[in-house]
Amino acid sequence: MADLVRLTIDGKPVEAPAGTLVIEAARCIGVEIPAFCYYPGLSLQAACRMCLVEVERAPKLLASCTLPVAENMVVRTDTPAVKQARRSMIEFLLTNHPLDCPVCDKGGECELQDMVFRYGAGESRFSEVKQHVEEKRFSPIVFFDAPRCVLCYRCVRICNEGLGVRALGIVNRGVASEIGPNRGDRLECDECGACIDICPVGALTSGIYRYQTRPWEMQHVGTICTFCANGCKTTLGVRNHRIIRGNNRDRSGINGEFLCIKGRYAFDFVHSEERLQTPLLRVNGELQPVSWSRALAAVAEKFTEVKARGGKFGVIGSNHTTNEENYFLQKFARQALGTGNIDHQRTGDVATLLGCTRSLATVADLYSTKAALVVGSDLAQQHPLYAFQLRANWRHHQARVYTVTEGPVREDQYSAGRARVQRGEELAGVERLREQLKAEPELVILFGDAIQGEAVRKLVAFGDSLGIPVKYVCLLDYSNSRGAADMGLTPEPGGGLTLPEMLAAWDLDVLWVVGANPLKNGELAADGAFVVVQDLFLTETARRADVVLPAASAYEKSGTVTSATGEVQALRAALKVMGAKPDLEIFGLIAREMGIDLGVAMPEAVFEEIRQTVRGYNVPLPVIAAGGAAQALAPEAPVAAAGRADLAESARNTLFTSGTLGRYSKALNSVEEAPGGLYR
Amino acid sequence: MLYNQPSPLEVKVLTRRFGLPDSQSLDTYLATEGFQGFRRALEMKPEEIIGEVMASNLRGRGGAGFPAGMKWSFVPRASSKPKYIVVNGDEGEPGTCKDRLLIENDPHQLIEGMLIAALAVGAAAGYIYIRGEYRRLIEIMDRAIAEAYRKGYLGENILGSGLRFDVYTHSGAGSYECGEESALLESLEGRRGVPRIRPPFPAVAGAFQCPTVLNNVETLCAVPAILRDGGAAFAALGTPKNGGTRLFCLSGHINKPGVYELPMGFNLLRMIDEVGGGVWKGKKLKAVIPGGSSCPILKASECDLAMDFDTVAKARSMLGSGGVVVLDEDTSIVSLATRVMRFYQHESCGWCVPCREGTTWLRKLLERFHAGHGTLADIDLMGDLARNMLGRTFCPLGDAAAMPMISYVEKFRGEFEEYLNRTPGGPLGRVTIDG
Amino acid sequence: MTFSPELETRLETLMRSCPPGREASALIPMLLYAQDETGALTSEVVEEVARRLGITPLQADEVISYYSMLRRRPAGRHHLQICTNVSCMLRGGQELYGHACKRLGIRNHEVTADGEFSLEEAECLGACSWAPAMLVNYDYHQDMTPEKLDRLIDSLEKKH
Ligand SMILES: Cc1cc2nc3c(=O)[nH]c(=O)nc-3n(C[C@H](O)[C@H](O)[C@H](O)COP(=O)(O)O)c2cc1C
Ligand code: SF4
Ligand code: FES
Repeated sequence: MADLVRLTIDGKPVEAPAGTLVIEAARCIGVEIPAFCYYPGLSLQAACRMCLVEVERAPKLLASCTLPVAENMVVRTDTPAVKQARRSMIEFLLTNHPLDCPVCDKGGECELQDMVFRYGAGESRFSEVKQHVEEKRFSPIVFFDAPRCVLCYRCVRICNEGLGVRALGIVNRGVASEIGPNRGDRLECDECGACIDICPVGALTSGIYRYQTRPWEMQHVGTICTFCANGCKTTLGVRNHRIIRGNNRDRSGINGEFLCIKGRYAFDFVHSEERLQTPLLRVNGELQPVSWSRALAAVAEKFTEVKARGGKFGVIGSNHTTNEENYFLQKFARQALGTGNIDHQRTGDVATLLGCTRSLATVADLYSTKAALVVGSDLAQQHPLYAFQLRANWRHHQARVYTVTEGPVREDQYSAGRARVQRGEELAGVERLREQLKAEPELVILFGDAIQGEAVRKLVAFGDSLGIPVKYVCLLDYSNSRGAADMGLTPEPGGGLTLPEMLAAWDLDVLWVVGANPLKNGELAADGAFVVVQDLFLTETARRADVVLPAASAYEKSGTVTSATGEVQALRAALKVMGAKPDLEIFGLIAREMGIDLGVAMPEAVFEEIRQTVRGYNVPLPVIAAGGAAQALAPEAPVAAAGRADLAESARNTLFTSGTLGRYSKALNSVEEAPGGLYR
Repeated sequence: MLYNQPSPLEVKVLTRRFGLPDSQSLDTYLATEGFQGFRRALEMKPEEIIGEVMASNLRGRGGAGFPAGMKWSFVPRASSKPKYIVVNGDEGEPGTCKDRLLIENDPHQLIEGMLIAALAVGAAAGYIYIRGEYRRLIEIMDRAIAEAYRKGYLGENILGSGLRFDVYTHSGAGSYECGEESALLESLEGRRGVPRIRPPFPAVAGAFQCPTVLNNVETLCAVPAILRDGGAAFAALGTPKNGGTRLFCLSGHINKPGVYELPMGFNLLRMIDEVGGGVWKGKKLKAVIPGGSSCPILKASECDLAMDFDTVAKARSMLGSGGVVVLDEDTSIVSLATRVMRFYQHESCGWCVPCREGTTWLRKLLERFHAGHGTLADIDLMGDLARNMLGRTFCPLGDAAAMPMISYVEKFRGEFEEYLNRTPGGPLGRVTIDG
Repeated sequence: MTFSPELETRLETLMRSCPPGREASALIPMLLYAQDETGALTSEVVEEVARRLGITPLQADEVISYYSMLRRRPAGRHHLQICTNVSCMLRGGQELYGHACKRLGIRNHEVTADGEFSLEEAECLGACSWAPAMLVNYDYHQDMTPEKLDRLIDSLEKKH
């Protein structure tokens, strides 16, 4: 640990490691020094001059955001000179700033508004003409209103440094300076909205949210993003059962301040006009709206009948329904229907990994590890949080990141070593980096779907042979891909049919599909099969169904999900959508209709059962209840790999696509970069 | 190339070759004791060279007057990184036009100064940053550099000494702020002219983040004479702690405007009357800006003083860059203030709040005031805003705008008040900001 | 995008004058020299220079929009910069500038309809002792008067 330096701030003694900035040292003892441009984790600017403090023996006020602590330094933040300086800075800032807080989109959560309130300059002596510039639309998502900008450059830095996208810059000089986008008059970027979220004022606003509400009119519900497997927390702003905003201002999740376009803006699929809001039953060959009781009765009747005659069931679960739902579904299948034909769409071979190591990395590890190796994934496009974490680790701790990929990836900007390989040749590429990797003190290996079965075992053997501590992440695609595997949505060993086998079985009597769309690209061989589908939308699979039950999305229910790194986190219901029900509730209703007892179909009760019966899931409840993440422990002894490794195939999602849900998000499809590939 | 008659009162050290036939050529340079200082330096240890410069009491001619020898001594000797000499030829301070003459008339003197600095700190290359408008000077410098290479004064194994030193010119493209040393380095590295956070100072992390000596053209042009004739001889020309001569640029309402090399400490009134031939048109002296527009103004009654850094500082102004602007009794301080503020507003890089917003507010206020729409309260406000900028901006450009403003209002308040009763006009009728 | 051989040589020299790996340092002079040849920094020119230096066009634009000599649109064939800063103002710089506006019928940053002349009210040009001063492209004209300006414009008009 660095040496401790002793100083006093406002008369209070402080000890801080050498190199700490005075503004941070002050925060540690509860002395708030105001700042616009200072932002922890980003490069220093010293541009806003709000953070000026008095330092004994210094001839003038000093910017505390760039001032390292020094032994015996005496700092004061509460003197008349400091207060006067703050007031005058705000007065300067307001000269060109519109004073229309009541109609500004940022009103109520604007840092400038707060500063005026706290530090004064409520009255301006400015009576000249203000500079006027028209508002600009950088993209369907990003709008920029130059006069409101305080030129703190947070947006530029988060984009350049945080994301590595470099889509924003500063153009013009002096008072005409403004933020400029990378394509002249528009942006081509990740459309992640980090710039909007980080903007302290109403200069950057979101095309998705702006001018719809005041922040205090919303409820803010922290839940887990339902798109990819990275497991970001997103805070949904909800008013009258409508989600108006997604953001992450409280930074309480494993993702800190990070969110990609999906987590921040793609929630709108929830309100799609195409949402199913009533059950459908096939009558005379046509799907027709019916009541829940009629639909449930039809399902129960069929299930009971087929079970009674020993018919053949096929059950396909989802990789974005909750652990509780997945657990309950497989229990339903195994215990009530007596079938082992259970599966889900597998997007990575996590099963084999769990079978050969217990050493699994968390998202926090990605930020602290000294070195990381990315195998077979375009991380910034497919696993944006992990890419963000690794980059932050490199920026803050000089972590070394190595890549073995087919083509160029964004990590090339800073990677310490790379190997370009054909798909399938990844292990050879990894081998080429051996000497460099061996010299590292520790390593996290992240690998995509190109590494399956035997290759996973070889990769772990490679890791073991390095003689350093190695942890692994198997890159999966959807919000609960990992949970689906963990909860047992896999064929019963020795006889259960896999997903493709179910589709190919001509004698299948019932196919029950929950939150999946296997018929998008596949075909069902059994013409006569009775198909039950639970989904949000009338997907290709739902069109083939005999009964369609409208399901609630992750944002409408509670329960837990497990990210690719095995971190279990809780969902919180943010709203209700008329007509749709959580899948767990639907399972309970079907069971009741069939007259069978599978236990209480309530998330809390099922989670308790999971904690007691699923290996590794005995995670601490308080952590999860409080909104934290708890990593599911790897099983004590390696488990036998369930199912077949060769079925693992990534969904090839990019920043702008995500299976069915992504198709129904207007936000995701409105940006020019959609549907991915156009842009790197 | 001389644009004004020399004065008999001049002491010609740096300008001794001005006006010689073919003064830009290496032959002329060598024929007039050129490279003798460098040859002496080759025999000396780096500390000795720095010692000689320290003894000369040479202070930076770019404006701040920092002792050159001391600056050189801050360059870490042991650093494994390459070191650089960067010459500040941005010459943007209003009232200043001397570096231009030094390059135009005697480019080899600058090269020799750089070579000596390189020996003193162990530098491998040098960059001469010249403002973009001075394209013809860049051409002259480029020719001189090429000639020096050809004749073995640059490049490898210079004069058989084993020393290697390369020199390049680098053009600016229109920005006063790029004269500020850290903004200059940013510009040199291909970026916007926004200053850097300091520390680290250029001596430790300058050009390309390597240890760097950054000096004004005139500062380095004084070095060959110091090494040739000894630091003591140079020091003796000036006043205590203010060694040598400097090029004073006399402009404004004066009979014989021009650039004159005079000893440090030369009396300002004498400079105006005897060197500059007195205030023009037989008018009385109203005030003087002693060192470029960034310096607080001196009323006529304050002008009987020795022009060295310390004496002018004691008079609460600055010797600055040597731009002496003379104002006659008819000069409108309101017009002057308006024009000066327009300049700083135009040149503010926009990085920090108080400079960006302060200069803009002041400019708008002054232009309105100047157009005849002022109030008494505006006068207090001007001073107040300037004081709110002073010492709080990211770089000294904010101070450069604030200090003169404060002095105008403090020293000529009556004139601002009177202006309220006058019909507006004068040479600055416009009130738009078209920057 | 092709440049003349002279410009190519110039650009190469500039890039070589930077330490290895730091070629982007040459950006500002490269833009200025390119502009001298092409008249303006069109997107095509900017993209070409950016490509050579391995920077993004936005990075180039940040720089272009900062420096007052760099321009996206062409100036006149004869670009007149008339200094009205303090030293020149004291000796008639404002009047000189006003005279040029009238004579050419254009204002600050404008170009005459025939593209021959453009005008800029300049900040200090470093000719304070020989005020008022002005630049035509890169050439100085000092100790100016409105009459001298008229003669200068006459001679420039004749030149083509
Ligand atoms: C706004 C501003 C503009 C400056 N312009 C110049 C300039 O044009 N030429 C110059 O030599 N120094 C200029 N300086 C001073 C430089 O920052 C620096 O102090 C000087 O070049 C150092 O050289 P010296 O020690 O030899 O004087 C300027 C400073 C400021 C704050
Ligand atoms: S747009 Fe917002 S974040 Fe960006 S510089 Fe302006 S105020 Fe700061
Ligand atoms: S936080 Fe220190 S200057 Fe902005």
